Amino acid sequence: MSLESLKCKECGSTYELGASYFCENCFGPLEASYDHSGLDADGAKRRIQAGSQGIWRYADFLPFEGRPGDPLEPGLTPLLRADRLAERLGLNAELWVKNDAANPTHSFKDRVVAVAVAKARELGFDTVACASTGNLANAVAAHAAAAGLESYVFVPANLEEQKLLATGIYGTNLVGVRGNYDDVNRLCTQLAETRPWAFVNVNLRPYYSEGSKTLAYETVEQLGWELPDRVVCPIASGSLFTKVGRGFQEWLDIGLVAGEQPVFNGAQAQGCSPVATAFAEGWDVCKPQKPETIAKSLAIGDPADGPYALEQARKTGGRVDSVTDEEIKDGIRLLAETTGIFTETAGGVTVGVLRKLAERGDIGDGERVVVYITGEGLKTLDAARDRFQMHEIDPDLDSFESEFRQEVAV
Amino acid sequence: MAVTVKIPTQLRAATGGEAEVEVSGSTVGEVLDAVFEAHGDLRERITQDGDLRRFVNVYVSGEDIRFQQGLDTPIGEGDEVTILPAVAGG
Repeated sequence: MSLESLKCKECGSTYELGASYFCENCFGPLEASYDHSGLDADGAKRRIQAGSQGIWRYADFLPFEGRPGDPLEPGLTPLLRADRLAERLGLNAELWVKNDAANPTHSFKDRVVAVAVAKARELGFDTVACASTGNLANAVAAHAAAAGLESYVFVPANLEEQKLLATGIYGTNLVGVRGNYDDVNRLCTQLAETRPWAFVNVNLRPYYSEGSKTLAYETVEQLGWELPDRVVCPIASGSLFTKVGRGFQEWLDIGLVAGEQPVFNGAQAQGCSPVATAFAEGWDVCKPQKPETIAKSLAIGDPADGPYALEQARKTGGRVDSVTDEEIKDGIRLLAETTGIFTETAGGVTVGVLRKLAERGDIGDGERVVVYITGEGLKTLDAARDRFQMHEIDPDLDSFESEFRQEVAV
Repeated sequence: MAVTVKIPTQLRAATGGEAEVEVSGSTVGEVLDAVFEAHGDLRERITQDGDLRRFVNVYVSGEDIRFQQGLDTPIGEGDEVTILPAVAGG
C-alpha cells in the first residue's frame, strides 16, 4: 500500500500531498488516500511482525512517502483482561482495557503526534505547533524536543496545572490563551495561514489523524488477529473514534482480519456533549456547545469530526452516551480499584459510559469488549481528591491498633 | 453597515487574491450575499441550498454565529466577519 493523495471526505476532490487540510471546493476535511492494490495480507503481516516494537511496525498503513522515523516511538501499549471490572459491572463478557496511558507522554496523543512530527520533517518544516486541550500539548512539546524541532503549543490558559507543567518542561513556547479550546483552535487556524509552521492538528491534520488507526491495528494484533465485538471510546473532536473505525476497515478490506466492524460506543462528558446530543436528537451535524466539565481533555464544543463520529456509531449499531462529572469521578475510581489503572478524566468518561451500557443491558453475554483508556490519572489529580480517606496515626502500635481495631485479639 | 470579511488563503483565487473584502449589510446573511455578489465563485463553495455548508464556520468579531442567530446575526459598525474551515483541531 502506498500513499497516493489527499482526498476530500465530502466531495472526493483530490489534492497533492502537502500541508493542506480542507477542500477548496466545499470546505470538507482532506484525508490521506492510499493505493491498496500492491499489498497482500501475508506480506503485510510478516512486515508488521518483523517490525519495531511500536507504531512504525504499521508503516505500510501510515501516510509517508519514505520510511517514517521518530526517536520517541509510541505504541504497543498493554491490552489487559479486566475480569474484575466485568464482574463489578455484572457483565458476563470478555472485557479488555487498552491502556494507552502507557505511551511516552502518557496519552494516545503520542501516536498522532509521532506521525505528524515525522511528516513535518518529511515535508521540510522546522517548527511544529498545535491547539491543545493538554495531552496533545505534552506530546507535541516532547516529540519536538526529541526531534530537535522548534515548537509552539497553544492551550486554554485555565488548563490543569499538571498538564501545563508536563508541557513547559520540554522547552516549548507555551502559549496560554484566555478562552476555551474552540477559541484556541480558531486562533491556530488563523495562525496556520500566516506562519510557516506545521500545526499538527490544523494543516497537518490529514496525516496526524492517521496515527489513531494504530490503536485499531494493535487491538487486532493483541487479540490474536481477531476483532472485538464492541469498542468503547471517548469522543472529543471525533477523530480518534472515526480513525479507529478506519483502521479496522482497512484490515478487513485487505484480509488481514476477518469478520465485521465492531459496535462503536462513543463516550462524552455531559458538560460537553455535542456528539451525544446530536446522536440522541437524530441530527447528522453537531450543534456547538460551551464546555463546562472536569473532562478538559474532551472539552471540544465544536467537534470537527462530529458528523463522521455520528455516522460511525450509527452504521455499526452503536450509540454515543454522556456522563456527569460525578459519574466521571466514579469511573476513575472504579477502573483504579478493579484493574490497577489510574486514568485521567477522559478515562473516567469512558468507564462511566461502559457502566451505563452495562446497566442498560446493551452488552450481551460472551461479547468481546475493548475499552480505550486514553490518558493518565496523574495529569488530572483533582478528580481523585475526596474519593478516599487517609488514616493518620502516631508512629506506635497502639495508635495503629486503635485506628484499625482488631475483631479477634492476637 | 460597512464590514470587513476575511477570506481564507485557499479561497483567494475566487476573490482575485484579496484577503479581505469590504461590503455592507446588516446581518451575516446580507453580508455574505454582498460578498457573493462581488465574487460569484464563492457562493457554491461556502453555501449549499441557501445554508452554510457543514464544514464552514463563520465568526463575527471572534464569536461563532451558531452561538448567535446564525445567518440572521446582526452586524455592528466595525465588526469583522471571518470565514474559516471547521475541520481543524482535536
